[in-house]
Amino acid sequence: MLPDAKIPPGPIEQKWSQYQATCRLVNAANRHRLQIVVIGTGLAGAGAASALGELGYRVKAFSFHDSPRRAHSVAAQGGVNAAKNYQNDGDNVYRMFYDAVKGGDFRSREANVYRMAELSVDLIDTCVAQGVPFAREYGGVLANRSFGGVQVERTFYAQGQTGQQLLLGAYNALNRQVAAGQVELFSRHELLDLVLVDGRAAGVIVRDLVTGELERHAAHAVVLATGGYAKIFYLSTLAMGSNATAIWKAHRRGALLANPSFVQVHPTSLPPLGSHQSKLTLMSESLRNDGRIWVPAKAGDERPPNDISEDERDYYLERRYPAFGNLTPRDVASRAGKERIDAGHGVGPLKNAVYLDFKDAIAADGRDAIESRYGNLFRMYAKITGLDAYREPMRIAPAAHFSMGGLWVDYELMTSIPGLYALGECNFADHGANRLGANSLLQACIDGYFILPCTIGNELAGRFREPLVPTDHPAFEEAARAVQGEIERLLAMRGTRTVDEIHRELGSVLTDRCGISRSAAGLQAAIEDVRRLRAEFETDVCVTGGAHEPNSELEKALRVRDYLELGELMCRDALERNESCGMHYREEHCTEDGDPVRNDERFAHVAAWEYGPDGAFVRHEEPLTFEFVRTAARSYR
Amino acid sequence: MRITFEIWMQDGPSDAGRLVTHTVDEVEPDMSLLEALDHVNAGRIARGERVVEFDHDCREGICGTCGLVVDGRAHGPHEGTTTCQLYLRSFHDGARIVVEPFRSAAFPVVRDLKVDRSALDRVARAGGFVSTHIRTAPEANSIPIARADAEASFAAAACIGCGACVASCKNSAASLFTAAKIEHLGRLPQGRVESTERVLDMVAAMDDEGFGHCTNTEACEAVCPQAISTDVIASLNRRYLWARLETLGRRRV
Repeated sequence: MLPDAKIPPGPIEQKWSQYQATCRLVNAANRHRLQIVVIGTGLAGAGAASALGELGYRVKAFSFHDSPRRAHSVAAQGGVNAAKNYQNDGDNVYRMFYDAVKGGDFRSREANVYRMAELSVDLIDTCVAQGVPFAREYGGVLANRSFGGVQVERTFYAQGQTGQQLLLGAYNALNRQVAAGQVELFSRHELLDLVLVDGRAAGVIVRDLVTGELERHAAHAVVLATGGYAKIFYLSTLAMGSNATAIWKAHRRGALLANPSFVQVHPTSLPPLGSHQSKLTLMSESLRNDGRIWVPAKAGDERPPNDISEDERDYYLERRYPAFGNLTPRDVASRAGKERIDAGHGVGPLKNAVYLDFKDAIAADGRDAIESRYGNLFRMYAKITGLDAYREPMRIAPAAHFSMGGLWVDYELMTSIPGLYALGECNFADHGANRLGANSLLQACIDGYFILPCTIGNELAGRFREPLVPTDHPAFEEAARAVQGEIERLLAMRGTRTVDEIHRELGSVLTDRCGISRSAAGLQAAIEDVRRLRAEFETDVCVTGGAHEPNSELEKALRVRDYLELGELMCRDALERNESCGMHYREEHCTEDGDPVRNDERFAHVAAWEYGPDGAFVRHEEPLTFEFVRTAARSYR
Repeated sequence: MRITFEIWMQDGPSDAGRLVTHTVDEVEPDMSLLEALDHVNAGRIARGERVVEFDHDCREGICGTCGLVVDGRAHGPHEGTTTCQLYLRSFHDGARIVVEPFRSAAFPVVRDLKVDRSALDRVARAGGFVSTHIRTAPEANSIPIARADAEASFAAAACIGCGACVASCKNSAASLFTAAKIEHLGRLPQGRVESTERVLDMVAAMDDEGFGHCTNTEACEAVCPQAISTDVIASLNRRYLWARLETLGRRRV
């Protein structure tokens, strides 16, 4: 059932060039005969659509936003990694590869991760050529900074808006292809089902979010670049519209979903302020370059932070992890923060935060230097909290942030459904059980710009003579009818619960039991809770408005319905993985110091789940072999 | 807190539209304005009414999706702020808040507070890019860029495309938006190659989309959440003049 991952043979540094040298290609003259549908216009989707358009394929690009530039890639703040070794600090491709494999706690594929590090070098060149205004030194060369989990400076950045600037580069490239007539753009359109004919992806059903009409689009290949699903936790750093619907529809149609429980909790978000909160705002990890994290040494100390003297502060990351200090990877920092908060050392009105303090950096480098590095983040902090972080430490807390899990893909980024690809955060490929900071923008970019445009040829070569499946094919009819029926059913129900109420409860169940810390008993209880919530949703939800008009409540309901199924699978995945690895921390599997304990003998594999209705999911295993790195217990002490 | 909202509701582009009053209790100073609208909508759902439609996504001031005119000012009373970064602590208990869409002939109302800003995408499409092939790129550090140029380029590139500049301009001009894109690329050596064509094409697209002309009132800068300076418009005018002089007598294709 589990398809071959198609890892090329040979030494790791030659695998990708070996693949490129031997894969099949589509002749330039035949590409215009091939129609490709791309869902999502973030970095991965816009990158893929523009690259495919440049190559001469006919592309349709869909976004649920009003403009492709709104995709949530825009919110990534800190930077993008590349093994340029501009700082002469010992960096190279292998080191970057090793950092990411180790950072992911040895639960990712070596070949994929190596390729990511290898292509990072070209990516910076491409982005600079597009006009991405990266930060520079006075001599005019590119500047770098450091991120968690590494000991070199390999992160390229544009103040605290690196995602926005990279996305504008991709958006500009996409616009160029739209203007050239190579890409047809559909804004305010959302995918509601995938259409399969003879087991191959043959098209999509999308809903026009203005008129409410369902449209059918046939394609020779379908590319999903629909981002992550951490919004399932309701309170997360993700945008309100971020959703799992596209990957869940693909999963229901047979695409395997890999490691769904691997969701990263970011250590430096702003803490919730109350029960009305709709989302959490991230404060970039880059702040940990200069900020020091601490809590009062005495539990329950309610004095203002500046009244607490140095010897009454516990800089717990520096104390526990002296080698990496405040720049430990995210999973380690989040767990350590939660441990202090749970032990009664939390600060702020709800005692749910820790301090991130810039006092020493301001004293050393001056306020101007700190402002030039992080000015926009300090302003954002002031807007949200009303507090001045130049005068008192920031209050920060962990928040759900990034899904390492996602659709299972092979080395070509093709899912287990032929002709269906998954790019960027919506696949599982590169980050193992924990993503390193500034590797997400990297992965999204290289998947879209560099990898897919090459690998898709291997699948489409020889298919250019095949006509598109007509959109009145029974498979399209069946899919469109099912979607229509589902919409009508939801609108007719008129129960007593709002979509948001149920989503909030789902988020709270998952945060408590399938978040930073997990246990078998907690996960079993969570599965029951999620099932109860799904039953309530299916019988008692209230969605007002109509089907043939703009209806954001209906859009939300369709997304939450899929989250309710995914939530159960996340808990199942976490339950069956009887070890701790990366951000997946099982309370039953840790050392006395609270460090996670992996079980390589039983769990050095990817769990790839096959859909079954009503919780009858089937687990497959793709073994992970490590030929080029030696697995070891991760240590940042 | 108790807040009374006067919210613009309009079924579609051809509907006349009207202000609808909603009073909410149980809202708190730490709630954002958009969270208060969520609260209004929860009440509407409980009464079986359709929700008030408004665009929003990241809720942290960077995606540019949200955009409301709050008490007559785009993105509300504070400078350098998007609507989603506006909190009820900025209003007093018992306040009456009027919420309207970004209005412009070039931004047709989709429904209620949602407007169609795709005209901005079409202006950007008229030349807001560097015509480089993906992967056709020299080594990144082979193009040194003075830090001041990189920073000026970044300051313009920080535009989030929300359209507040258009909604606040008495002429519905998109000059700040367009000039920011031209400045972002024009400040960099990579973007300079196509500078002449870009400025002529993007200004023409701006006219085609029905945006008005800039008369230097600078209302746009006052409401811009990214505080983009109207200096970029001055720069646009200079670039446009040079481009016209440069192409005098040359027939444009």
